Amino acid sequence: MTKILVTVKRIPDPDENLKFANGGLDLSSVKWVPNAFDEYAVETALRLAEDVGSKKTKHAEIIVLSICPAKQRQHMTQFLAMGGDRGVIVDANDADYDTAAIAKMIAKVAQDEGVDMVITGKLSQDNEGNQVGQRVAALLGWPQACFAAEVDWDQGSNSLKVAREVDDGVETKQVPLPALVTVDLRVVLPTSVRNGINPADHKFTDGPRLASLRGITMAKRKKVKTVTPADLGVESAGGEKTTTINKPAARAAGQMVGSVEELVEKLATEAKVL
Amino acid sequence: MFNPTISEEQSQLLETARKFAVERIIPVAHEYDETEKFPTELFREAWELGLMNVELPEAYGGLGLSTLDGCLIAEELGYGCAGIETSIMCNHLGALPLMVGGSEEQKDKWLGRLSEDFEFISYACSEPDAGSDVAGMKAKLTKKEGGGWILNGQKRWITNASHAGIYTGFATIDPALKHKGITAFVVDRNAKGVSVGKKEKKLGQRASDTADVLFEDVEIPDEQILGEPGKGFYIAMEVFDKSRPMIGACAAGLIRRCLDESCKYALERKTFGVPIGNHQAIQMILADMAISYEASRLMYMKAAWEVDAGKKRTLTSSLAKCFSADAAVKAATDAVQVFGGYGYTREYPVEKLYRDAKLLQIYEGTSQVQRMVIARGLLRGA
Repeated sequence: MTKILVTVKRIPDPDENLKFANGGLDLSSVKWVPNAFDEYAVETALRLAEDVGSKKTKHAEIIVLSICPAKQRQHMTQFLAMGGDRGVIVDANDADYDTAAIAKMIAKVAQDEGVDMVITGKLSQDNEGNQVGQRVAALLGWPQACFAAEVDWDQGSNSLKVAREVDDGVETKQVPLPALVTVDLRVVLPTSVRNGINPADHKFTDGPRLASLRGITMAKRKKVKTVTPADLGVESAGGEKTTTINKPAARAAGQMVGSVEELVEKLATEAKVL
Repeated sequence: MFNPTISEEQSQLLETARKFAVERIIPVAHEYDETEKFPTELFREAWELGLMNVELPEAYGGLGLSTLDGCLIAEELGYGCAGIETSIMCNHLGALPLMVGGSEEQKDKWLGRLSEDFEFISYACSEPDAGSDVAGMKAKLTKKEGGGWILNGQKRWITNASHAGIYTGFATIDPALKHKGITAFVVDRNAKGVSVGKKEKKLGQRASDTADVLFEDVEIPDEQILGEPGKGFYIAMEVFDKSRPMIGACAAGLIRRCLDESCKYALERKTFGVPIGNHQAIQMILADMAISYEASRLMYMKAAWEVDAGKKRTLTSSLAKCFSADAAVKAATDAVQVFGGYGYTREYPVEKLYRDAKLLQIYEGTSQVQRMVIARGLLRGA
């Protein structure tokens, strides 16, 4: 059966305030949530694998991969509850590794598992690197299609047709499998993912699916393999270092102006924008 | 020991319920309230997610979650819309007479249908002249020669009645026997002589369907009688003991919604040059809401825990249901007050909370009946 590897990451809840300490972020008390683009990646894989006419038939096995401390794996459970078949955890603090090292670990897992597709979010919302997918494709020597808004799996020719969100519109390209896809927001619209089996006009529920209660109770019975970076041949955390993280400067108070003339005067002389 | 901490698995179950409430229910709740239409597709989604038959035992294809799990989920759904919560959780109430009084064969046949397909089961207990006074019901089961029964009667205010495929209900085999004549039964919607009457137009909880169910010479074979004839009253009382904590949970959700909406508005709306949240008069209201939320939550959790632990729970169930329903009406009244003139308009969410809350004091035993139950329990023990 076709195997799809989906990479997922936990990030500090973007809706909550972050604490700063000692030139960095204090993550000791943050609430960890799954990266939204990774939810879209899992949803994409599920839609590719699913046969909407027969819930028992699946067209791919979905392996969920996360690099995180093995004990902080609630996001992994959630993705298995959504429908992932099994998990792989690389037991490490992902923040200690640069994107080159992270990409090496992912590529090695993809090789070891013998997967046909790797699907990742286009970026993680915390540091917005947008590098991992591309690096993994390069390491594997696979074609890549980044920022996917639509994915069409042609099982006959064993290829993917991917509509990509690019600056001047949507570019469609066809990539033979094995391949790597990074997904953008619109991939979770109701008709964005097609696998050639489901009716072309089938509408999925908008957005990434919620984990069903049965999925949640079943998730703990699914297999999750734990490995270390060293098991994957990654000994070094990489050369990239974060020197400091500073809080953005607080916004200065505004000024009340008395007249249009005064406003124009201040825009010209103080703000120097005119 | 009663322990109000939420496990990791519970918090994941709740995450689904919470997202369903916020992403699916809240955006459409206003529309279904206005139109009084029944959101069938939304309920189908709830069924697919497993939010609908949470306590159905695993043996019949359910998840076999606890009453506490069910109540925690009900709170989240009640936060979204009490009417939609009522219709989703109605399947639990409808299935309870089978779970409490049904034989293995009966459970297998009827409960299995709920997990196999998206289907509603309604609880047909109240009558035009007998709501909270269960023993005063007039629906009649007449014994047939050679076995089986003939059912005649009219049931009123039956949740999901127009859409249900199965009804569990109660009728008397002899009105003179009062509560000792009450008998529980289960019947298919398509049985000859079963029909649904007019749909009620309600003050609140208008996404939920409420209608009459009519039984005219309906054949009830012996294998559709739950428990022994004449023992139905005890089934009904046990059902209420187990279902009432869930009303408390829905009320807690509604109170939390009042609190969230009111706090948000108190920071937005300005009077006398400051946000109204700066006025002590508003602060007192918000604090009272928070107090009633916390108390309601702990009370339904304790009652649910007693159900799960198999303890005698009539008192705690009634305490939780009565307190939370009254507190929800108070909180919703106050939420409208915080919003002032805007709160009284249908542009803002709180007038719906006010209308929805009122039903909590009425269904599954009015607040007055709960107090009777509580007082009788106290005096019996004195």
